[in-house]
Amino acid sequence: MSDLTHPADSAPAATSKRDAAGETAAQVTKAKGSQVTAQAVTINKPVAEVYGYFRNFANLPTFMENVERIDVHDQKRSHWVVKAPGGATVEWDAVVTDEEPERFVAWTSEPGADVPNSGRVEFRDAGKRGTVVSATILYDPPAGFIGKLVAKVFQREPALQSRRDLNRFKQLMETGEIATSAMNRQQHDEGKNG
Amino acid sequence: MRALTWHGKHDVRMETVDDPGIVNPRDAIIKITSTAICGSDLHLYDHFIPSMQAGDILGHEFMGEVVEVGPKSTLKKGQRVIVPFTISCGSCYHCNKSQFSACPNGLPADNQDLGRQGYGHEMAGLFGYSHLTGGYAGGQAEYVRVPFSDVGPLVIPDGIEDDKVLFLTDILPTGWMAAENAEIEPGDIVAVWGCGPVGLFAVQSAFLMGAERVIAIDHFPRRLELAARFGAETINFEETSTYDALMEMTGGIGPDACIDCVGLEAHGGFVDNIIDQIKVSTFLGTDRIHAIRQAIIACRKGGRVSMPAVYGGFVDKFPLGALMEKGLTLKTGQTHVQRYTHALLNAIVEDKVDTTFLISHRLDLEEAPKGYKMFHDRQNEWTKVVLKPGMGVGKEAVAA
Ligand SMILES: NC(=O)c1ccc[n+]([C@@H]2O[C@H](COP(=O)([O-])OP(=O)(O)OC[C@H]3O[C@@H](n4cnc5c(N)ncnc54)[C@H](O)[C@@H]3O)[C@@H](O)[C@H]2O)c1
Ligand SMILES: [Zn+2]
Ligand SMILES: [Zn+2]
Repeated sequence: MSDLTHPADSAPAATSKRDAAGETAAQVTKAKGSQVTAQAVTINKPVAEVYGYFRNFANLPTFMENVERIDVHDQKRSHWVVKAPGGATVEWDAVVTDEEPERFVAWTSEPGADVPNSGRVEFRDAGKRGTVVSATILYDPPAGFIGKLVAKVFQREPALQSRRDLNRFKQLMETGEIATSAMNRQQHDEGKNG
Repeated sequence: MRALTWHGKHDVRMETVDDPGIVNPRDAIIKITSTAICGSDLHLYDHFIPSMQAGDILGHEFMGEVVEVGPKSTLKKGQRVIVPFTISCGSCYHCNKSQFSACPNGLPADNQDLGRQGYGHEMAGLFGYSHLTGGYAGGQAEYVRVPFSDVGPLVIPDGIEDDKVLFLTDILPTGWMAAENAEIEPGDIVAVWGCGPVGLFAVQSAFLMGAERVIAIDHFPRRLELAARFGAETINFEETSTYDALMEMTGGIGPDACIDCVGLEAHGGFVDNIIDQIKVSTFLGTDRIHAIRQAIIACRKGGRVSMPAVYGGFVDKFPLGALMEKGLTLKTGQTHVQRYTHALLNAIVEDKVDTTFLISHRLDLEEAPKGYKMFHDRQNEWTKVVLKPGMGVGKEAVAA
């Protein structure tokens, strides 16, 4: 579904058996990151609604579990504060490099980011199925002290993390809530789920 | 509140746990009036299903009174409802196709990885059935939190007793969908493996859908007797060679449709079953699949195999060749409960289906551990156990 396709076929570049990150990066403006993860999810809502919610980056922490806060400075610039183990946080500034309303938005982190990253989220009208959202994220596994701190969040299967985030996005859009098996508010606030 | 909790193989206990409360806007809290133990619960009791955690509250067949509602629930306090065991959103791609048990939106995102890894896709959220299906607290308790309460629960009209409608939550639709998946045509001969609650409802449903003859297979005389009440012919597999008998009884053609209502804990000392048991005890495989093998081997050429029975993992010696060479159709799945509840409630009201004949024992919820033990150890007499909070300990009611 992604615009970022493999040269040999119509599959997403991120599913390449050769150089998934390289083939993806070649197609992303100002790409940063040596690793790639790509996920697609179908959301049974019109593209305007899905894109509209997502493009207001201040909404993202509602379904992105590790994102504590996003300060939106202007149409292009935002500041991300992301939870790391031990109560610490990592931060970076992100800038939108390219976008087309209701089609895609691409971004890259500014120099000095704790975790350099870039990516592209595409939205495609899928008729009766709703909207297909494809997220492609390039990132650098963090190094050093900070790296150890955030390893748990980013290095350990970022693919899982972004899939879970996208599934929560789907749940929120389709049902108005995010599934939890917490038995009551208290358990929910203590983080019990599943 | 009081609830039945799982602690390990053959270890379930009544404990005092946190009260449930509203978490999401579409939630409701139900005060349980009746809840049953299912054959599927025995798979948990025997610890055949992975991803259980000590303290998990069991139970997915339950009904009761609405006592609290979230702002987006369509239920009202005081209403009596049955609650499907599948937690389905009602608005996703799958729910729109009435494939409610395929809904991904009731399963917390953190629980979706296991299913993706094992099955290629996440499971649906289910009540009280391991963390693979969400880790939701079940209804063998005084109260339960019900998500998407505007979609699943069905309001029960006054004047219909609990026991008549309780099985709308699972086993009645399961038996019904099993027969539907067998694509029964008038005049068909249908064979049903297993005369537990699911098999017994499959027998009844098969007749209602026009089967001319139904042949029911089990080894418990009491259970075979219940199947015979609805006009089924019976095969006791301890006494009789099932395949040979089926061939004789169908004039060599074989049954038009075969329904496996046994599942991953098939009984019997058959050779393939013994190999499976060795594997299960050495963790090489998790499922004993004798019944489904036999159903495929016995089914007539061009026939249909329906498999409501639960399987969890990988198996070998699966007769894939027979499935192909004989041109069989195989249909299966967790039941799409919400698809059937309205029509089956009408069938109950109109006395078209008998839903209470299989209940052998009614116990106080406090006696749930005994209910599990007896339903597990004495399957012949304990055909279905219904638990009732506040009924009174020691007031056990046994069906005649
Ligand atoms: N698909 C669904 O959504 C769904 C819903 C409910 C239950 N189930 C499953 O359906 C199955 C049956 O449930 P139940 O409540 O009736 O269970 P149960 O344990 O009460 O009944 C199973 C019956 O099968 C008989 N049996 C065992 N081995 C046999 C064999 N080799 N040949 C013939 N009969 C044999 C047993 O004697 C028993 O009477 C279970 O696997 C359960 O998990 C599936
Ligand atoms: Zn059940
Ligand atoms: Zn759904």
